[in-house]
Amino acid sequence: MAKVLDSKIPAGPVPEKWKEYKAHQRLVNPKNKLKLDVIVVGTGLAGASAAASLGEMGFNVINLCIQDSPRRAHSIAAQGGINAAKCYQNDGDSVYRLFYDTVKGGDYRAREANVYRLAEVSNNIIDQCVAQGVPFAREYGGMLANRSFGGAQVSRTFYAKGQTGQQLLLGAYSSLSCQVNAGKVKLYTRYEMEDVVIVDGRARGIIAKNLCTGKLERFSANAVVIATGGYGNTYFLSTNAMGCNCTAAIQCYRKGAFFANPSYVQIHPTCIPVHGDKQSKLTLMSESLRNDGRIWVPKKIEDAKALQAGTKQGWEIPEEDRDYYLERRYPAFGNLVPRDVASRAAKERCDKGFGVNNTGLAVFLDFSESINRLGIDVIMQRYGNLFEMYEEITDVFPGDVANEINGVKYYKPMMIYPAIHYTMGGIWVDYELQTTIPGLFAIGECNFSDHGANRLGASALMQGLADGYFVLPYTIQNYLADQAVWPKVSTDLPEFAAAEKAVDAEMDRLLNIKGKRSVDSIHKELGHIMWEYVGMGRTAEGLKTGLKKMHELEKEFDENLFVPGTKEGLNIELDKAIHLRDFFTMGQLVAFDALSRNESCGGHFREEYQTEEGEAKRDDKNYFYVGCWEYKGKGVEPELSKEPLEYEAIKVQTRNYKN
Amino acid sequence: MAKNISFTIKFWRQNGPKDQGHFDQHEMHDIPDDTSFLEMLDILNEELINEGKEPFVFDHDCREGICGMCSLYINGTPHGKTERGATTCQLYMRRFNDGDVITVEPWRSAAFPVIKDCMVDRNAFDKIIQAGGYTTIRTGQAQDANAILIPKEDADEAMDCASCIGCGACVAACKNGSAMLFVSSKVSQLALLPQGRVEAARRVKNMIAKMDELGFGNCTNTRACEAVCPKNETIANIARLNREMIKAKLAD
Repeated sequence: MAKVLDSKIPAGPVPEKWKEYKAHQRLVNPKNKLKLDVIVVGTGLAGASAAASLGEMGFNVINLCIQDSPRRAHSIAAQGGINAAKCYQNDGDSVYRLFYDTVKGGDYRAREANVYRLAEVSNNIIDQCVAQGVPFAREYGGMLANRSFGGAQVSRTFYAKGQTGQQLLLGAYSSLSCQVNAGKVKLYTRYEMEDVVIVDGRARGIIAKNLCTGKLERFSANAVVIATGGYGNTYFLSTNAMGCNCTAAIQCYRKGAFFANPSYVQIHPTCIPVHGDKQSKLTLMSESLRNDGRIWVPKKIEDAKALQAGTKQGWEIPEEDRDYYLERRYPAFGNLVPRDVASRAAKERCDKGFGVNNTGLAVFLDFSESINRLGIDVIMQRYGNLFEMYEEITDVFPGDVANEINGVKYYKPMMIYPAIHYTMGGIWVDYELQTTIPGLFAIGECNFSDHGANRLGASALMQGLADGYFVLPYTIQNYLADQAVWPKVSTDLPEFAAAEKAVDAEMDRLLNIKGKRSVDSIHKELGHIMWEYVGMGRTAEGLKTGLKKMHELEKEFDENLFVPGTKEGLNIELDKAIHLRDFFTMGQLVAFDALSRNESCGGHFREEYQTEEGEAKRDDKNYFYVGCWEYKGKGVEPELSKEPLEYEAIKVQTRNYKN
Repeated sequence: MAKNISFTIKFWRQNGPKDQGHFDQHEMHDIPDDTSFLEMLDILNEELINEGKEPFVFDHDCREGICGMCSLYINGTPHGKTERGATTCQLYMRRFNDGDVITVEPWRSAAFPVIKDCMVDRNAFDKIIQAGGYTTIRTGQAQDANAILIPKEDADEAMDCASCIGCGACVAACKNGSAMLFVSSKVSQLALLPQGRVEAARRVKNMIAKMDELGFGNCTNTRACEAVCPKNETIANIARLNREMIKAKLAD
């Protein structure tokens, strides 16, 4: 039976909802806060900011991360920036515009009330970070500088060189460290959450593995918050860090938390192309490069063929023979169209044979025009570290002059191609960021709520910090208000013992398969299936094939996996095997959702549903809802429930980036 | 175009902090030189696992040079040799030649005990930050971000100091096992900004006291740290740290 999900959106006009909520929510008095424990899993932007804020309020926080330090969480790799509706550039920006752009960018599949709240608190985030000493870029007058990002016609993105995620994370990490010092947060590094423990229908703790000793440990609390990021590594090759995984989220899903919109996966248009079968990850080149870089492929197919054969170089092709296809197709937004649109346009050109590298799977990102206009110094100041990073990886420096045609200097262009980057889907949460399991909350990339079917650039940092600093610390109190009267939950309860035993049994199972194949070799194969059948261009037929192949490969995993070593002590292969087990569940979930959604929207593109011009064709009549999936067992199709979307502040229309 | 190279890799094996440790050796064949150093180690591990052996353990995560997790001592240099400084994950095999012997060791420092093979425990860095590497502000109470103007030059310099990724290469390179470059980068970032001035004296004293307590050595200006820093932090930061410390002491 499909369930009715209560999103708990407060009544009243959209701009008033959050104010009203805060005015009437239940609070916890200072004495009672001291009695309440909260587990926060993860120390990225969302996890660290939540743990720091909750600790500061007086709660006792247990905070875990899989890395050796909270400062290493993958939020650190975000390059471009963070959006806020400050309107420091006097360009007509406002909370409403940021809200509108985010909903539109998400292809009208996000929850209105959540997005409005996000836009509303965006300004507080900038204030908070500056007070922490985050060194955002500034103008000569001493004011904060901004740049523009895809999907917006204003400059509202704050940045710290190409290292904005790093600086914001270090800001959150410093606040977290302050609370660790104050004794309000107890930090556990190199610990991984393996299961959530449910007592009387409420999340009351977790089972975590000490990754160095291999021992399982029990943690109990009054509420559990997961901030464990997305599931991009299901595809093996992605821009995610090697350790990113969805084990915590999938365990919550198996224990009854609904998983929403898994098919909304973001493919980032500007990554360094794949170069060989030994590659372990894909490197992102910040979207901010699209401010000054122009994306093109040759107009003539013979030029493309010469580029692929290596007999011609990009800089030998003169201006008139270049096809700046984004500027051609989308004159109003040009190179700054949203990510899903830019990615599909690149795929379309490459599919037609216009790819520019030896595999035919790359397009150029060219800075010649900007360097000629602004000078190399200005461009280096803006993107110097990205150019250097590109050179380290590819041996090509994009600031080098390569050719001069008719007095015009041509610089070496970058080559880029789309890659899996971010997952908009995630654990279903209500307005309070609570999952369908009472007492279990999900924040940051790990939940689904704010980005709809496509996330705009510089919005992930905004959402992670909004959830962690400004939303969850309030909404969790509405849940915790009556929890102080409950006695502390003992970790000796049979529910804890049973959960620990199950995790232990799973480790034994994986170790005892003693087959022939390494975790990575199977993971790579899963990645190929995902990219081929559940990637950028999906069809009903392909998705069914993908599901079948995943099913067969999962059988291979269960029967022919080889994990060396034992469960005592550090065993990196065992940990990877557990992650891979859950990537299988995740991959199938993405495919089921993609198969059930017979429309194209945002990051989900079904080839059967496109306009004559190749644009995504939404079906608001039948699919204007959040697809929420309930686990029904291994290998069994999960059950779909729907949370209908209701828009009152924004008129739903077809996305248009042309004029 | 990528060419293939073959070489010998000697890698450190150590089962926990108390184990004496030893080198293992493996022949690598036909590795494309556009492979990254860590991808080469992935290939090594795949081969070890196929032989039924346990993989070689090392820290790594983002593989984009920003998380600071990777930490290998390659041919006697932290992160291996590059011209402008890069992390281990940003090192590519094109920097090596056919027939090379490549030696891989962990960070060796008393304050960074080995967990396994080349994975070390750098929690000491977190403890130093916990001692004072922050501004004590309450969430949600900050004034408008443009209320305090900060000269661009100061903000840019603070940004350079804040670029430290906490990898620990500076400690590994220093003959004294000093953490001064790491500590001074954080102290400098906050000392350069008006927001950080309020607690400047308290911060520098507490962080230095914690650094000493955790067993890091002193600075003797050999500049080995800045030579290997993947983010090009400079010892000008250490000079600033010393000035901040003197200022704080004089005010006592």
